[in-house]
Amino acid sequence: MLKTMMRRAGKCAAVAAAGLMMMSAQAAEPIKIGSFLSVTGPASFLGDPELKTLEMYVEKINEEGGVLGRQLELIHYDDVGNASSARNFASRLIRSDQVDIIVGGSTTGATMAAVPLIEQAEVPFISLAGAVVITDPVKKWVFKTPQTDRMAAERILTDMKERGITKFGLISGTGGFGSSGRSQTLEVAEKMGMEVVADVTYSGSDTDMTAQLTNIRNTKGVEAVLNFGFGQGPAIVTRNYDQLGMELPFYQSHGVASDSFLELAGSSAEGLRLPASPLLVPDSLPDDDPQKDVVQNYKAEYEARWDSKVSTFGAYAYDGLMLAVRAMEEAGSTDPEAVRNALENIKGYVGVTGVFNMSPDDHNGLDPESFRILEVQNGEWKLID
Amino acid sequence: MLNRFMQSRLRGLVFLALILVIIPAFLSNSFQYGMVTQIAILAATVVGLNLLVGFAGQISLGHAGFFGLGAYFTGIATGTYGWPSVPALLVGAIMVGIIAWVVGRPILRLKGHYLSMATLAVGFIIAIILNNERALTGGPDGMPVPAFEVFGWELSSFARYSLFGLEIEGFEAWYIFASVILLVAVWFALNLIESPIGRALRSVHGSEVAASVVGVNTAKYKSLVFVISAIYASLMGSLYAHFLGFITPAVASFEFSILFITMVVLGGMGSTFGVILGAAVLTLLPQVLADFQELETVMFGLILMLTMIFMPKGLLPTLTAIVSKRMRKKAGGEA
Repeated sequence: MLKTMMRRAGKCAAVAAAGLMMMSAQAAEPIKIGSFLSVTGPASFLGDPELKTLEMYVEKINEEGGVLGRQLELIHYDDVGNASSARNFASRLIRSDQVDIIVGGSTTGATMAAVPLIEQAEVPFISLAGAVVITDPVKKWVFKTPQTDRMAAERILTDMKERGITKFGLISGTGGFGSSGRSQTLEVAEKMGMEVVADVTYSGSDTDMTAQLTNIRNTKGVEAVLNFGFGQGPAIVTRNYDQLGMELPFYQSHGVASDSFLELAGSSAEGLRLPASPLLVPDSLPDDDPQKDVVQNYKAEYEARWDSKVSTFGAYAYDGLMLAVRAMEEAGSTDPEAVRNALENIKGYVGVTGVFNMSPDDHNGLDPESFRILEVQNGEWKLID
Repeated sequence: MLNRFMQSRLRGLVFLALILVIIPAFLSNSFQYGMVTQIAILAATVVGLNLLVGFAGQISLGHAGFFGLGAYFTGIATGTYGWPSVPALLVGAIMVGIIAWVVGRPILRLKGHYLSMATLAVGFIIAIILNNERALTGGPDGMPVPAFEVFGWELSSFARYSLFGLEIEGFEAWYIFASVILLVAVWFALNLIESPIGRALRSVHGSEVAASVVGVNTAKYKSLVFVISAIYASLMGSLYAHFLGFITPAVASFEFSILFITMVVLGGMGSTFGVILGAAVLTLLPQVLADFQELETVMFGLILMLTMIFMPKGLLPTLTAIVSKRMRKKAGGEA
């Protein structure tokens, strides 16, 4: 009798010991965070700050003890802005590196190329790209941190309406950002009962948009002008706008919401408005703004670590990583299904880009109000709303 | 006699088939299968391009345009209009063939740099159209492409199939499919090269004037091979689109055209098996260099430069020359 009891106890102890060993082995194993970003190539202005942000905060989290008692390991590949290599690297992250979660995809093309694979492999994925197609329709495993271009359009048009404007001229670039923004603006305008009286475009290599702007100026009933574009184009449009002496209220999109745009456009930018991340005006946010601390800290830490200007795109990566960490903490494990469910139920996460309220029908979790309307005054951004 | 002749022509093909059979032994996951499948599809494309560049001596810097047209035709026909895959693939190829013939006739009158410039322009125009026709192609953000499907039977790299009682994964099925396509593409190219057409092409490569003096209709043969290589590109573009499941205008970009040409030059112009090696090396390079991402472009350039300086004939021809030289030396020493 005693013998059998002893034997049983021994067995129990052995099982417990084995269990403990397994747990400690698991604790030693890092959580793998996979990422594919366009660090070089034409979209490097997106991928570069995103990668820097991820590296810096993975380091920081590890110094503070990691997540769930485990260290984070960042596995990163550069897709050079090419959708098919993004797909290949996503495949490599999932199959060869067997990552627990993916935070990446700088461009919409890169993200969408990887989506079918990720959906099939059932790995949680937080995209850093803008277009509305990524989360609309909702895909089970795909989330994203930037606001959609649709929200930007809604935010701008709402501001116009508040100023009593109902008819405006639209000038947009033919690149991915501009053309997607154009179609969203047209849809939103129709929904809000506003009229796009002039609709002109320019290509990325154009060096003068006077003709298009003259066209808009000569259109009857135009009350404001909106430019949806990316890169140099909007700066040229802004300069031409000033040269033509146009007095109508002028709007730009979030695509140029950066300090370098102010340098490019110079004094011509005076008086224009655009929707932007609070990151551009961290110090003028009201003290009761829940994002104020997060935004100021991110800016300070990034600029101290990398000795370069902070950018809104890096903030997308910050929010992506923090959402991932929070989801894993709430799930209490790295089990993909549990992490996914936790991600979907994150409420009130205060990030740099905005306050995220995820739900099963909304894998972005932001609202148009997360954009702040800024106006250029005396060569600086001024918070309007 | 006939037997021996067949052996000499098919020896390379049998060797390639053997390699394709052995490769899966070294693959452990679907990511690696995916890479090899892409290599096979791209290799078949450059086998077609090599007919034009390596054998007829005409440079095309716009071949990704045809590749992209095939990919987008398939994407739009199967995705937007619900066509079955095979008719979409064939109609796309015929359409691209006609386009290549129409633009090829005047273009191929040009020589040297002018010809390169003209093909470059064709590629650019196609890329611009794909970028701007947002309603049709989804613009720069790209468009999804459904899985390859024949009579309701889908070939998806995510599915599982049982074949003759053997369970195979979708990505393995794709690998087998792409391997067979590559073998057919190589077989067709080898036959074409050995045919009177192939001889005419090589005479054009040697000297166009001499070829026309001895009665070769150079214009006809040049546009014929241009059309054939464009059809190769279109067919492979369609398969590539089905395999990836998502395409962006990057498949028709200038960079992609350059990649194709580089595969031909690196592997060995005029060597059908060489260009397959070229395709393999250049497709794997970004994956191998993934850990040196800052240096990737530099390494890429360095490898190309060294190849051009030390192996101007390309990888495979140079390697086989070295091996056969060694063998001869050895044989000579023994005798």
